[in-house]
Amino acid sequence: MTKLHAASRRELLLASGALFAWAYLPKVALAEGRDPRLLVIVLRGALDGLAAVAPVGDPDWARLRGDKALTLDGAVPALALDSQFALNPAMPNFHRLYKAGQAIVVHAVATPYRERSHFDGQDVLESGFGKPGLTDSGWLNRALAALEPAGRAEAKPHNAFAVGPVTPLVVRGPAPVLSWTPPRLAPAADDTVTRLLDLYRHTDVPLARVLEERMGLAAIAKAGGMDQPMKPGRPAAGGEQPAGGAQSPPGGAPRVRAYFAETAGAAAKFLARPDGPRIGALAFDGWDTHADEGAANGRLAALLGALDGAIASIETEMGDAWRETAVAIVTEFGRTARINGTEGTDHGTGTIALLAGGALKGGRVVADWPGLAQAKLFEGRDLKPTTDLRAVLKGLLRDHVRVPEKALAESVFPDSAGVKPMNTLVA
Amino acid sequence: MSLDPRMQAAVALHRFGFGPRAGSLDAIGSDPRGALIAELDRAPAASVADADLLTSSEAARAAFDFRQERRATRLAQRAEQAEAANKGASSEGSAMANAAETPNASQPNASDTPIASARANGGPGIPQQLYLEEAKARFTAAMGADVGFVERLVWFWSNHFCVSADKGPVRPLAGAFEREAIRAHVRGTFKDMLLAVESHPAMLMYLDNARSIGPDSMAGVRRGKGLNENLAREILELHTLGVRSGYAQADVTSFANVITGWTVVPPRQDPAHGGEFTFNPRMHEPGSQTVVGRSYSDTGVEQGRAVLIDLARHPATAKHVATKLARHFIADEPPPDLIERLNRRFHDTDGDLKEVAKALVTAPQAWDAPRGKLKRPGEWLVGSLRASGAPLADVRPIIQALTLLGEPLWRPPAPKGFADDSATWMDGLAQRLDIANQISRRMGDRIDPAQVLEVALGPLASPDTRQAVARAESRPQALALLLMASEFQRR
Repeated sequence: MTKLHAASRRELLLASGALFAWAYLPKVALAEGRDPRLLVIVLRGALDGLAAVAPVGDPDWARLRGDKALTLDGAVPALALDSQFALNPAMPNFHRLYKAGQAIVVHAVATPYRERSHFDGQDVLESGFGKPGLTDSGWLNRALAALEPAGRAEAKPHNAFAVGPVTPLVVRGPAPVLSWTPPRLAPAADDTVTRLLDLYRHTDVPLARVLEERMGLAAIAKAGGMDQPMKPGRPAAGGEQPAGGAQSPPGGAPRVRAYFAETAGAAAKFLARPDGPRIGALAFDGWDTHADEGAANGRLAALLGALDGAIASIETEMGDAWRETAVAIVTEFGRTARINGTEGTDHGTGTIALLAGGALKGGRVVADWPGLAQAKLFEGRDLKPTTDLRAVLKGLLRDHVRVPEKALAESVFPDSAGVKPMNTLVA
Repeated sequence: MSLDPRMQAAVALHRFGFGPRAGSLDAIGSDPRGALIAELDRAPAASVADADLLTSSEAARAAFDFRQERRATRLAQRAEQAEAANKGASSEGSAMANAAETPNASQPNASDTPIASARANGGPGIPQQLYLEEAKARFTAAMGADVGFVERLVWFWSNHFCVSADKGPVRPLAGAFEREAIRAHVRGTFKDMLLAVESHPAMLMYLDNARSIGPDSMAGVRRGKGLNENLAREILELHTLGVRSGYAQADVTSFANVITGWTVVPPRQDPAHGGEFTFNPRMHEPGSQTVVGRSYSDTGVEQGRAVLIDLARHPATAKHVATKLARHFIADEPPPDLIERLNRRFHDTDGDLKEVAKALVTAPQAWDAPRGKLKRPGEWLVGSLRASGAPLADVRPIIQALTLLGEPLWRPPAPKGFADDSATWMDGLAQRLDIANQISRRMGDRIDPAQVLEVALGPLASPDTRQAVARAESRPQALALLLMASEFQRR
């Protein structure tokens, strides 16, 4: 008889393919008496940066988005950040951190990628290369590889974990990585269901009917008035369901919220441990809001709310380590400045990066604002990027984790010597 | 044949195999039908890596030993507790104290045997371990097949002649049953498969014939026990002639009498041969019996074999099998002329299953029929893993997925097996989406969606599907949409 065995740990990890970790520690930072944590969150699908952080002070803003423009005095008032920008009201936690000097918004930012394919854009974002398809490793992994192993006497060889619901390219590479399975399966993104339903309607009506019935979408759409254009309504923030259901979040929103919070919280728990990992990454899907974007009280509001909950969950689980934490939230590109014909936005260019954590010198919006006048838009349609995302990431890696600047310019973000690390992000 | 070769290759892989892997479409593109026939003719196509798997009788004995040992441990623990309760009452070595020592004495070499280590680890017991090993061999074969036509035939016949691992003693044997009774004969004759199936310990236990006793047999007279008609009825209704094909209750009873004594050696009685098939003349109903119009004199075990051989040759059996094959591979309502073609081939070749399979893939109707049949869950799951290039590291997620999808491995709800029509499986579409998402999360980042689309569907992909995949917001989403696309769900 063969040796009957329980599946090895490695097999289980392969099977679930979820979470990543490594035992490399920022040695130089440790020598300085610090113990920094860095968590990178990749938002896949291209976040509408203008809907997350609205340029309420820009005279062209309301003209571009019309009644979809978040404003300080709208039906769903945005949360003021400074004289120019306001935060989506679904993100009260981020707003609180911003006010406490523990959060930064970088606006009009983009990777060097200037086309509009998700797959290629994500490849550039996560690989750290200037073009897609050049490598199978991610910048975060190569940054770790550039650090010498800390060799703490008490550190076990594989005591490190980072967490993510997918196998993000950003963490793949030469530095050793371990993974851990989240307690619950990621819910099928509403967006995937919507797209599949649309595909079935064009190709296989019986399957469309079954999927509609089984997902309960038909019922939800009816009750939520989703077959009608979204009407402006009261804020969905605070967890209260508006009466009448006209502003119901999309089906499955509570599951998405719980999933984001649990996954991010689990990552934070590992990072907080004295003998745990220090750097990790995870990815959240679902940001490709082509139709019925719902920035104020629909789908995007629900997603941003879930992201806000994830940030709160990280803060809670980090405990005292929050003081030494930086969370970087990035996306492959932005979306069109204008609303399209289906109450959504199409693939664009400039967007935002969000930073949160006790280690930051926060309470600022960092932006070389290009303006939203027609002539100022990139290719006449997108927010023009004026900041290279690599500058932000390099600043964090250099000042927070102490990755050598030479490595940043050569191996971590190849051929990026011309992109200087952003100063003064870290306190 | 109206299809161009590349289209025909895609149809061949989805309809008759487990779906394309990287390079499959090109590999068989020049002669798709020839590739199916070549797989039927190639010797090792029906084998699995079975060198280390147990025979059914070995499995039965291992499971028996495991249960005995577990029982002994429980008894000893109970005794230990009783002793602890009586502590101080007696300091002398009592019978109880001796019993309590037994498990401890066996501890030092506990890890030497899988049985003991399974017990010590609190891990899965032997029946479950055997089930997992067999499952892994089965899915490895399906994942690794070039086309998978022979494997699909194994799955078809295994469902036609199903047993259920939900019945305790069958569990450790379910995989061995498929290898020994189905796989061994999938390119042989129906008669040999039938004889192997109905005399297999797993079937004899699943449908209760192991306990069936002729009322006038020696055992029947002495113990006052009697007949169990279960197996006899299902052989007639499900395995051979088919329901409402002309037999009567009297035939069922007579046939049940004929196969009394077809039983299994109890492992308790015979450590060397426990778990093997045996004909026990002391349980066998004496005398001749009439089954479906023919009289069979009492020739012991040969009486039953004679009935089975005649049933295998009965015209109703050919019709029944031809209909089920056509329904499985082609359509819920298969073309009557295709059924007739298979029926005739079955009859003309005396039930040569390889020839019947060839008749299926050389029939124009088998290729021209619309691709409307929903894949069964297991078929779709294996196809999804093949298309996305997922490695088979651990079989347990597959088993869990099949349970979620309503087709738990070797655990059909009834002796009729799992249903074979699209309507039954439509309801599980939402569950398929959950599984597609899992696969996509695991594999999606490692693949190029456009490339997988060409691998998995190629010419079958509709413009709508191509567009949905190309416009997905992420690679994982693209893969999920591809695996859920109508062209990938239906065949």
